[in-house]
Amino acid sequence: MSYDSIIIGAGMSGLAAGIRLAYFGKRVCILERHTTIGGLNSFYRLRGRNHDVGLHAVTNYSPPGGKKGPLNKILRQLRFQWEDFDLSPQCGSSVVFPGHTLRFNNHFDYFEAQIAEQFPRQIDGFRQLVSEIDAHNIGDLGQTWISTRARMADHISDPLLINMLLCPLMFYGSPSAHDMDFNQFVIMFRSIYQEGFARPYQGVRLILKNLVRKFKSLGGELKLRAGVKQLLIEGTQVSGVMLDDGQILEAKNVLSSAGSAETLQMCGAEVPQDDRFTPGDISFVETISVLDQQPQEFGHEETIVFYNESEDFYYEQSKEPVDVRSGIICSPNNFEYDRPLEEGSIRITALANPDYWMNLSEEKYIEQKQYWYDQILESSLRYIPDFRPHVVDVDVFTPRTIKKFTGHINGCVYGAPQKILDGSTPFNNLFLCGTDQGFLGIIGSMLSGISIANLHLLNPK
Amino acid sequence: MAPEQIRSVILDILARIAPDEDLSELDDSVPFREQMELDSMDFLDIVMELRKLYRVQIPEEDYGELVTMDSTVTYLTPLLKDAESTV
Repeated sequence: MSYDSIIIGAGMSGLAAGIRLAYFGKRVCILERHTTIGGLNSFYRLRGRNHDVGLHAVTNYSPPGGKKGPLNKILRQLRFQWEDFDLSPQCGSSVVFPGHTLRFNNHFDYFEAQIAEQFPRQIDGFRQLVSEIDAHNIGDLGQTWISTRARMADHISDPLLINMLLCPLMFYGSPSAHDMDFNQFVIMFRSIYQEGFARPYQGVRLILKNLVRKFKSLGGELKLRAGVKQLLIEGTQVSGVMLDDGQILEAKNVLSSAGSAETLQMCGAEVPQDDRFTPGDISFVETISVLDQQPQEFGHEETIVFYNESEDFYYEQSKEPVDVRSGIICSPNNFEYDRPLEEGSIRITALANPDYWMNLSEEKYIEQKQYWYDQILESSLRYIPDFRPHVVDVDVFTPRTIKKFTGHINGCVYGAPQKILDGSTPFNNLFLCGTDQGFLGIIGSMLSGISIANLHLLNPK
Repeated sequence: MAPEQIRSVILDILARIAPDEDLSELDDSVPFREQMELDSMDFLDIVMELRKLYRVQIPEEDYGELVTMDSTVTYLTPLLKDAESTV
């Protein structure tokens, strides 16, 4: 079988790229190792309940009728209407550090006013930083790594404010410890503070199902349980792929969302390695607690709380199995839906140590998930009323779960520290999209697939 | 196609790219960019839709001709004079 394009991975980026290619008449096949679609942003059913995997919130919110920003860009590129994603905006979120709480919603003025009130001597510097963010061109594919902390320090002198601003952005998108690349910072700053959070009533499955439906209606082929074992190399070209079951599929070009290091591994041992292809090692444990009431009923009305209890903020691979000094509390209920979700739930996420979780025996693994579930909930209680009496069902996922379902080395969530913005690889018809290309979040990952498909597969120079 | 048919074709393409947009108010002499916030990705899509529908190739240096409805129709009239409308 021969295709114009083979896409590895039926996540957001692969499906979006697939829609573009199929729409413009290419013969395209998406290969997914798992039994279901979604990758890092998937969904599952457990004991009769629907859960999302990655999604806390869709970032990059734009209200209906909006024309600017990444959400509107992908709607146009994928020929969707605003209603197709059914986004309800957040109720309001916060960043909580010792002595300070900064609240934000989907109106940037509100956040700016919070900073002016709580950090009056920093507000001019903050505004200068925002001007720099507004002027930055994320479309420049040739840029290299710039330290965000250094850039921020040019304008803001209070390390507490720097850490509070960085905390949500790092938690929701930094593949590197302590600092982040300025380009990534700008993408995240806009998507979270300037545009904001929203969620479809049905969760991520609505977006994924719409993507698949459109892809198939345009003639695209999707193969599940079709993992790529090996990319077939001829010199500097890829001629096709070999699947786990030995089947060979040929293609004129291949677009991989598997990750940069993970994609090179599929090319075999003789591939020239360079440090752009070093995998990331930041991963998380997430607890999901299903409740017998809505969080508002016990007094928790915030959508997402980013908390940190130590003086400094340590965004790094955890030395302990889980770093309970900081975390994210997300309530999928607390969005402005027109009707409440059927059940309450609270998701709490914290930094984890991938090696620890990968190497446990099955028995110990189950026991440790339970132990750390308790620890994580305990540490969150300063930031949310004690909801433990209301818990009716629990699930926990770890770096091991993420590795199993995404294939990412170390179970890393945000991919490699060095992004490959133009999607190029050592092979001239093999390209990268998704996490390691550099756009982030649900909307960002779709934009990634679209951009790389446009650049290399639909309009090659 | 006559200029009026070409205009319909472009409207149809714009409706596909921006289905939420009210195109009945479109001013043919004002840049699309200003009225609809179209960016370079969207202009590329207009070009690609035309290529898909009519196999017409528009070189990159001519993208500037697609600024307004008027200029687009003027530019496309000789290129599409033998094409059959699909709208």
